[in-house]
Amino acid sequence: MKHLALLKSYLGFHLIPRLSNIVPESCLLIVVGLLVGGLIKLARENVPPVLDSQLFFLCLLPPIILDAGYFLPIRPFMENLGTILMFAVVGTLWNAFFVGGLLFALCQIPQAGLDIGLLPCLLFGSIISAVDPVAVLAVFEEIHINELLHILVFGESLLNDAVTVVLYHLFEEFSEVGSVTVLDGFLGVISFFIVALGGVLVGAIYGFLAAFTSRFTSHTRVIEPLFVFVYSYMAYLSAEMFHLSGIMALIACGAVMRPYVEANISHKSHTTIKYFLKMWSSVSETLIFIFLGVATVEGHHRWNWIFVTATVILCLVARVIGVGGLTYVINKFRIVKLTTKDQFIIAYGGLRGAIAFSLGFLLNKSFEMREIFLAAIITVIFFTVFVQGMTIKPLVELLAVKKKQEAKRSINEEIHTQFLDHLLTGIEDICGHYGHHHWKDKLNRFNKKYVKKFLIAGERSKEPQLIAFYHKMEMKQAIQLVESGGGSKLPSAMPSTVSMQNIQPKHQPAPPKPTERVLPQLPKSREEEIRKILRTNLQRTRQRLHSYNRHTLVVDPDENAFKDLILKKQKMIELDRKIKEMTMYLTVPAPHQGSPTMSRARLASGRNTDFIPAQQQKGNTKSSDPQAYNIKPASDAMPVIQVDLASPQSPDSVNLLDEIGKADQEEEQGLMMKPPPGLSGSDKHGERIVVNPTDNVSVPSE
Amino acid sequence: MGAKQTRSEHDHQDLVEKTGFSVEQIQNLHKRFQQLSGNEETISREHLKSVPALANNPIRMQIIEAFFDKRNQHGNELGSYETIGFEEFLMVMSHFRPPTLRTTTEEKETMRKEKVRFLFNMHDTDGDGKITLAEYRKVVEELLSKSGTIEQEAARAIADAAMLEVASTNVPNMGPDDFYEGITFEHFEQILKDLEMESRMHIRFLHVNTTKVHCGK
Repeated sequence: MKHLALLKSYLGFHLIPRLSNIVPESCLLIVVGLLVGGLIKLARENVPPVLDSQLFFLCLLPPIILDAGYFLPIRPFMENLGTILMFAVVGTLWNAFFVGGLLFALCQIPQAGLDIGLLPCLLFGSIISAVDPVAVLAVFEEIHINELLHILVFGESLLNDAVTVVLYHLFEEFSEVGSVTVLDGFLGVISFFIVALGGVLVGAIYGFLAAFTSRFTSHTRVIEPLFVFVYSYMAYLSAEMFHLSGIMALIACGAVMRPYVEANISHKSHTTIKYFLKMWSSVSETLIFIFLGVATVEGHHRWNWIFVTATVILCLVARVIGVGGLTYVINKFRIVKLTTKDQFIIAYGGLRGAIAFSLGFLLNKSFEMREIFLAAIITVIFFTVFVQGMTIKPLVELLAVKKKQEAKRSINEEIHTQFLDHLLTGIEDICGHYGHHHWKDKLNRFNKKYVKKFLIAGERSKEPQLIAFYHKMEMKQAIQLVESGGGSKLPSAMPSTVSMQNIQPKHQPAPPKPTERVLPQLPKSREEEIRKILRTNLQRTRQRLHSYNRHTLVVDPDENAFKDLILKKQKMIELDRKIKEMTMYLTVPAPHQGSPTMSRARLASGRNTDFIPAQQQKGNTKSSDPQAYNIKPASDAMPVIQVDLASPQSPDSVNLLDEIGKADQEEEQGLMMKPPPGLSGSDKHGERIVVNPTDNVSVPSE
Repeated sequence: MGAKQTRSEHDHQDLVEKTGFSVEQIQNLHKRFQQLSGNEETISREHLKSVPALANNPIRMQIIEAFFDKRNQHGNELGSYETIGFEEFLMVMSHFRPPTLRTTTEEKETMRKEKVRFLFNMHDTDGDGKITLAEYRKVVEELLSKSGTIEQEAARAIADAAMLEVASTNVPNMGPDDFYEGITFEHFEQILKDLEMESRMHIRFLHVNTTKVHCGK
C-alpha cells in the first residue's frame, strides 16, 4: 500500500508538469493520502492507524531534520541568530498563549457549547502554535526566496521545537493536576533552558565524537557515511531519552560535525552522505504527508464548527500580530532591517504540519477533548498547507520579493569575504569595542589553533579556508569542462578568450617565464582524476567519431568527411589544450601524497596512484623524476605538449590522440588518422602534439 | 575645561554633518581617539600598531595604511599623511556606517560605492587607479600570511585565477596579444556586486555614552 501510494504520487506529480507549478508537492501528497485512505476505508471497516506517533518521531522525522541540520548554511544562520531566536521562542510563546487564552475565553461563552478548561486550552495552544519544519521545507523549497527570509522562517521552525516540547509536557502534566502555581511557572522557564541548551549540548558532543572518529577512517573509507548517520541518530535518541529537544540535538550534531568530517572523508563518502540524506529525507517527507492524508480519513475526530473556525482564525491573527510586534522590537537591534514585505512573508510562511498532528495524537486516549483537538489540528494543517502553500508562490511574485541568488561563488567573492572579515575585525579593534566580529574572529582562531588540529587528520588541518575553497573550485571546473563534451568553449562560467597570457605582465624578468608559461606540474592525483574523466568522456566521443567513420570514410573517403574527422581531432586537441589551460590554475604544488585533499581527489579505485605520468608534459624542470624529460623552451611561449618517443608507455597514461588512434585501429583496420606533426595541432597557439610512432598508422591518400 | 568643551562640541556639530554620525557616537569615538593617541591631537602609525588586538590580524598593515590614505578623505588628493587628526580618523570610520531604515535606494547606492571605493583604495597601493596583478598577489599573500607556512606559489595561483576571472567577466573578448592592465574601479564594482557591500561592510557604532574603556595598552 505504501509503495503504491509513493509510486502513484511521484508518477502523477512529475508527469503533469503544469500541476507542479500551481500545487506544491506537499498538497498533492496529502491528496494522495486522502485517496488511499478512502480506498482502504472502502475496502475494509477501519483504517489502521498508520501515523503512529512512535513511527513518526523515531523514524520519519529524524532524516528530514538531519538533512536540514547537516546542510544548514551556518553563516547566515549565525548572523541572524538573535532574530531567529526571538521568533522561535517569544513568537511561539505568544502564539500559544494567545490562541489558548482566547479559545478559553470563547469556551466561557455559553452559546458556544464548549466546555474546556483553561489548561487544556493552553495545551492545545501549545500544540498548534509551532511552525513546522517539514511543511516549511516542503513549501519554501519551491519558491526560491532570498536567503535571509528562508533562513529566518526555517530557523524559527527548527528552534521552536524546544519551546514546544517544554510547553507540551508542562501543560499536559498540569492538565492532569488541574492547577498551576507560580513556582510551577518558574520551573517551567528553567526547564526550557535545560531542554534547549541540553539538546544542543548533547548534539554538539556527538558531533565532536563523529568528527573525531572520522579522523581515523582513512583505511575504512567505505563505512565513513555510516558514522555520520549513526552518531546523528544516537544524538537524537539520547536527547529524546532525557526529554531534551531532539531536533536541536540533531541540528547541533550535524552543524558541528560537518566542517571537520568533510575535511576528513573521501570524496565518494561525501557524495554518498549527500545523496543518502536527500533520499531519506525525501522519502520521509512523502510518507509523512501521505500518512497525514490517511489519518484524516481514519476518523477519531469530532467536528465542532465553532472550535475549528475559531482556531483557524485565531492562529492567523496570532501569527500576524506576533510577527509584526516582534519585528518592531527586533528592528531596533538589527542592522539590516526587516521590511513590511519581509514581515508579510514571514507571517505567511508560518505553516503547521505533521508535528502538531503527532503531538495531538500522542495525547492520552482518555483525554476527552482529544478528538475535537485532532479535528481542529488537521483543519489548521490543511488550511496552512493548502491555502497558504498554494498561494505563497504567486504572492511572492506579486510582491516582487527578492529571490534567491544563484550561488555561483567566485574566487573573488571568497577572497573579499575573508578580507572583509579581517578588515571589520581590525576596525572593531581600533574602535575598541568587542563586537560581533571580534568574537567571531576569536572563535575562528581558537578553532584553527586547537580544534582543527584535534579533529582533522593530516595535512588538511593546516589548510586555510581560502586554499580549500580554491581546490574545490578547480576540481569543479575541471570536471565541468570535460563533462560539457569538451566543446570548443569553456563552460559558460568563462565564455571568453581571456587566458593567462593576457594578464601576465609582458615585461616580467625572464626567469619566472619558463615556469609560468610551460606547463606547471599538476598534482598527481588530480591529473589522475582528470585523465580518468577524459577517458570516460572519450568513450562517448569515440562513439560519435565512429559513426562518422563507418558511414563515410569506409565507403568513400571524400574530402568533407576527411575534413570533419580532422575537425573532430582538432576539437580533441582543443579540449586537451583547454584542460591544460585550465590547469594553469592548478599551479598549487601538490602537498605530499598522504594529504586528504589529494586523497579525496583520488578516485579510490584501489589502483596505485603514484605512477609518474610519463607521456604527459612535465612543467617542473626541477623535477628529479627519472622518467621526466626536458622541455624545449617554447617558441612562442605557449604550453607545449611533447611526448617522449622512446619512453615505454605506462599503462595508465592517456594520450588523447593515442586513444583515438587505438580505437580506430581496433574497429577499422587500416583506416586510421595520424595527424602528422605540423598538420594537426597547429592552431594559433602553436601547440604541437606528437603521437607515439609505434602505433600502427596509415594515412589514406588524398 | 569649559571653553574646550564648547569648542569641541562646536567641532562635533560640523562633523555630524560631514560624516553622518550622531553626536554621541562622535563623542565616543573621540574618547577612543584620545585613548589611542595618548591624549594628543594626532595619531601616527605607531599608535595604531600598538593596539594589541591587531597583532593577530593578517591585513594589519593595510588597515593601518587605510587610515593614513588621503584618498579616503573624500577629497581628490593622493598620497598619505604622516599623522592624522580626529577629523580624518572620523572620516575613515564613516565608511563603516550601516544603512538605516530611512536610507533611500540612491543613498544606499552611494554608500555602496563609497565602501567599495574604500576597499579599492586598500588594494591599489600605488594609487594609479588600477589594481595590477602584482598588487592583487600581495593582497592574497597578506590574507594568507597568518595561516601558517603557505607557499608563495599557492597565493600567486589564487591571485592569478582571481585576476583571470575578473578579466573574463569584464572584458570577455580579448585577443591573444591584448594585455589586461589591471582591475579598474568599475570592474572591481562589477565583481563585488553580489556581495551587497552596503549591508555587509559595517560595524556597530555605540550610541550610548558608555565607552568600553578597555585599556588594551
